[in-house]
Order: sequence, then structure tokens, then C-alpha cells
Amino acid sequence: MEYMLLFTESAEELAKRNDPEKAPAYWAAWSAYAGTVATSGHMVSGAGLQPPDTATTVRIRDGQRQVHDGPYAESKEMLGGFFVIDVPDLDTALEWAARAPSASNGSTEVRPVLPPPPAQS
Amino acid sequence: MAATEIDHAIVAAARDSYSQLVAFLTARAGGDFSAAEDALGEAFLAAMKQWPAEGIPAKPEAWLITTARRRLVDSQRRGETRSRLEGQLLVALEDAQELADSEADFPDERLRLLFVCTHPAIDPSARAPLSLQSVLGLDAARIASAFLVSPAAMSQRLVRAKSKIRAAGIPFHVPGPEEWPERLEFVMDAIYVAFNSGWETMLDPDSPDDGLAEEAVWLGRLLVRLAPDEPEPLGLLALMLHCHARRQARRGKDGGFIPLLRQETRLWSKPMMNEADELIRQAATRRTPGRFQLEAAIQSVHAARAVTGLIDWPMIVRFYETLMTLTPAIGARIGHALSRSEIHGAEEGLRCLDSVKGSLISEHQPYWVAMAHLLKSAGRLEESSEAYRKAIGLTENPAVRAFLISENS
Repeated sequence: MEYMLLFTESAEELAKRNDPEKAPAYWAAWSAYAGTVATSGHMVSGAGLQPPDTATTVRIRDGQRQVHDGPYAESKEMLGGFFVIDVPDLDTALEWAARAPSASNGSTEVRPVLPPPPAQS
Repeated sequence: MAATEIDHAIVAAARDSYSQLVAFLTARAGGDFSAAEDALGEAFLAAMKQWPAEGIPAKPEAWLITTARRRLVDSQRRGETRSRLEGQLLVALEDAQELADSEADFPDERLRLLFVCTHPAIDPSARAPLSLQSVLGLDAARIASAFLVSPAAMSQRLVRAKSKIRAAGIPFHVPGPEEWPERLEFVMDAIYVAFNSGWETMLDPDSPDDGLAEEAVWLGRLLVRLAPDEPEPLGLLALMLHCHARRQARRGKDGGFIPLLRQETRLWSKPMMNEADELIRQAATRRTPGRFQLEAAIQSVHAARAVTGLIDWPMIVRFYETLMTLTPAIGARIGHALSRSEIHGAEEGLRCLDSVKGSLISEHQPYWVAMAHLLKSAGRLEESSEAYRKAIGLTENPAVRAFLISENS
């Protein structure tokens, strides 16, 4: 079964990416984790994400385009990246979720991937 | 009396006697574990309403039993409980009344309840969690966290197991002594899982939740009291006490993880180590070695460093060799390899680890930690770095992760 792991990090944690003192340990943890998931054979896809202040949000309301800088809502925890993994069951997905560095600094959400909807005739 | 004092009294009653009360009620409700739990839950709710107004009763447990029993009878009248329970409920009523009137302690039925929870008819994956819930009153969410499964799935597993107890008519009695070791194994596994999950959170200074290891030690003591003639519960309690004795030494001033061999022994708790060693001696008089006794004995050799300043590695190797004849567990073979390397060098340790192959190891964090450590000691830095990365990727604990990253740089 496919599950998406959503890695949510605090602002402080995300800031480590650009802190010369803290960046090496930050990246060492994430690259070791990503490498281990990859060699386990469970990885389907995944990516890290730039911080939310690089986001642009688009909405259409009453036929009008509304374009905003940044994410729609401010929050303390921010999406830092995601993996889609293929594992036998939820318990295995939770094991991989617990090993993500975000689990001890922010959180790791585990969601089953929706199978494609039945074809329309 | 202040409301908080009443709350404390209720919490204390729940903490000390929840499992005893559930076991007592279940024994007298024809083994209907869920009904007993529901009734007791309602009795606690009633206590929260009535005790602040009326004061704490002289015998809180007897009050709770009497109230719970009334709820059982009420729910039965409403047709929620099957009629075959009627006679047994009346017995419970009389028992509870006697209890409230007498000065005697009520009988401890928890051992019987433990044997029900570990009955072969119950799904093996539910036995350990069910034992934890029934004897400690841990809620499904905490048990789920300890076993790392979703709380919803754990609740379902527990509910299914409880209805199986009722539907299959699993007898509420203590089996013959020949069945004890096998049944107790599930109970001991449950306690040890709880201990380790508590131990892990204690490594994290930001974690508010450090109670589970203490609860596990408490449970270990309870098991020793309930089954005083069995050696393995003594071993389990000794093992937990030896590990628990080192909790102050496991973290540095900066919060960093400190592995066993680098810990300052003056930070270890002497009374706990002494108690553990005494338990090991007691267990040894039964002349039936077991997994927990051996693991405790290994920790006891480490503990001796606090006195002698030395570690008797040949002794540890011998304990691991015996342990490997009792259990196929990968942890024993890793421990064996590491202790051999202390005597004969890193290459010998790696040779021992070579025999541990297959799919078992690919996601086994301690294996990769041992591998990384031995490769580094052997000067095989490129391979060691690869093993460290694997170990880091499999680590849940942030302090251990930070430690491994620093070892690899």
C-alpha cells in the first residue's frame, strides 16, 4: 500500500538549513534518512520543499483571480517535504514515519494514498 | 476538603487499585471484562461527583466496588448484559457488601486476569497490550504509542480480544504450573516494551512523558509479587533496575547521548544496582536460566565497573553464548559480536557480525550501529561511514541521532 509521509518542521528547524553551524547536522540527518528509505526499496517518490515564504498562492473567487505571496495560512509548523512510500501496512509506514528527523522536531503525518477513481464511461 | 485533594484521592485510588478492581469485578461478572471496565469507569465518575460533597469514604476501593457492582446490575436490568450473568452479579453484590463491611483486604485477582489476557485462544499480537491495559489500566492511546501502531487499530485489537474472552468462554482461572512460563512470557514482553518506550522518551529532555519506564518497573515488582516462585520475572525486574539505575548518566550537560561505556559510574544509582543484583541471586537459586536473567546478569557485569573500574568481557561473552542458545534474537548476536571485539579486536567482532545476515538486519538499527562502530575501530572508514548513514536513517531518538552524526564526522 502507498502512504504519503508529510514532514512538518518548526520555523526554527527549517532555519537550520541556512545556519552554517547547524546545517551540517541537519542535512546529515535528512540525507541519511532519505538514503535509508531509498535503499530499503520502499521509496516511490518524494522531495524536500523550499520554505513557505517562497510560496505563491492562487485562488479564483467570483471569476476573479487572487494571487498572494506566501501560504494561505500562517502556522507554527510548516511542510518541509514529503515521501510516498510503498509498504505492506500502516504499522510499517508508522515505523518509517517515526525515523524521520521531523518526527522528533515537528511531526510526520502518515496518509494512505487514494487509489485512482474508477474510469468515467 | 479542597477539590484538588479529592482529585488526588481519586487518582491515587485509580493508580493503586484500578487493575485490582477490574480483576475483582471481572472474576465476579462471569469473565465479562468490558462490562467490568465500563462499570468501574462509571464508578470513578460517580466518585468525582460525590466525594467532593460527601468526603472520601473510609474504604475508597470498597466504595468503588459497591458502586460499580450497582452499575453492573443496572445495566443488566436495562438488558444490556446477558442474563446468564445475573446469578454471578448477585454474588458480586454480596462480595462487595462483605468487603465494605469487613476490615480484610479484598483478594488480588490480577494474576488470574493476566492468565486470561495471555490465553492461547487470544490473538498473539493482542496478548501483550491487553495485559498492559488490564493490569496497569494504561489507555489504548499510550499502549498504541508504546507498540507504535495507530490508536484506532490498537483500540480495535483490544476490543476484539475482549469480546473473544467473553464469546469463547476463556476460563478465569490460574492454569497449572507447566503453563506458567509460556503465558508469563507475553506479560514480561509487554512490560519490557513499556519500559523501553519509556526509556526512549526519557532520553529526550523536552518530553513531558517520562512515566512509562517507572510504571514498567512498578509492574515488574507486581509480577514478582504475583508469581514469586518464577525466576524470569525476577530477572526482568533486575534488568530494568540495572538500566534504570543509569538514567542520570545517559545524558551529558548539553543533553547529548552518552553510551554505556563512556558513562560516569558515580552517577549510577547504587541502591537500584544492589537491589538488582540481589534479585539476580534470588533467581539463580531456582536453577532455571532464562533470557531476562541472562540479560540482567550481563548488565550486572557492566554495573560492577562502578566498583572495580573494570569490565569482565570474557564473562559477558559467556553470558551471550548461553543467551544465544535460548533465543534466536538478533540482539544477542550483536551483543556477542561487540563483546568478542573487546577481547580479540574489531575484525573478530566483524567476523561474528558476518554470521548475522539476511533480511532481518536491513532495517535493524542496533546492527548498523554495531557495524559502524566496529568498521571505524578497524580503520575501514569508508565502509564505516556508509554504515553510520544507515544507522542514522533508522534512528528515532534525536539525541542518539545527533550522537551518531558526531561519531561519523
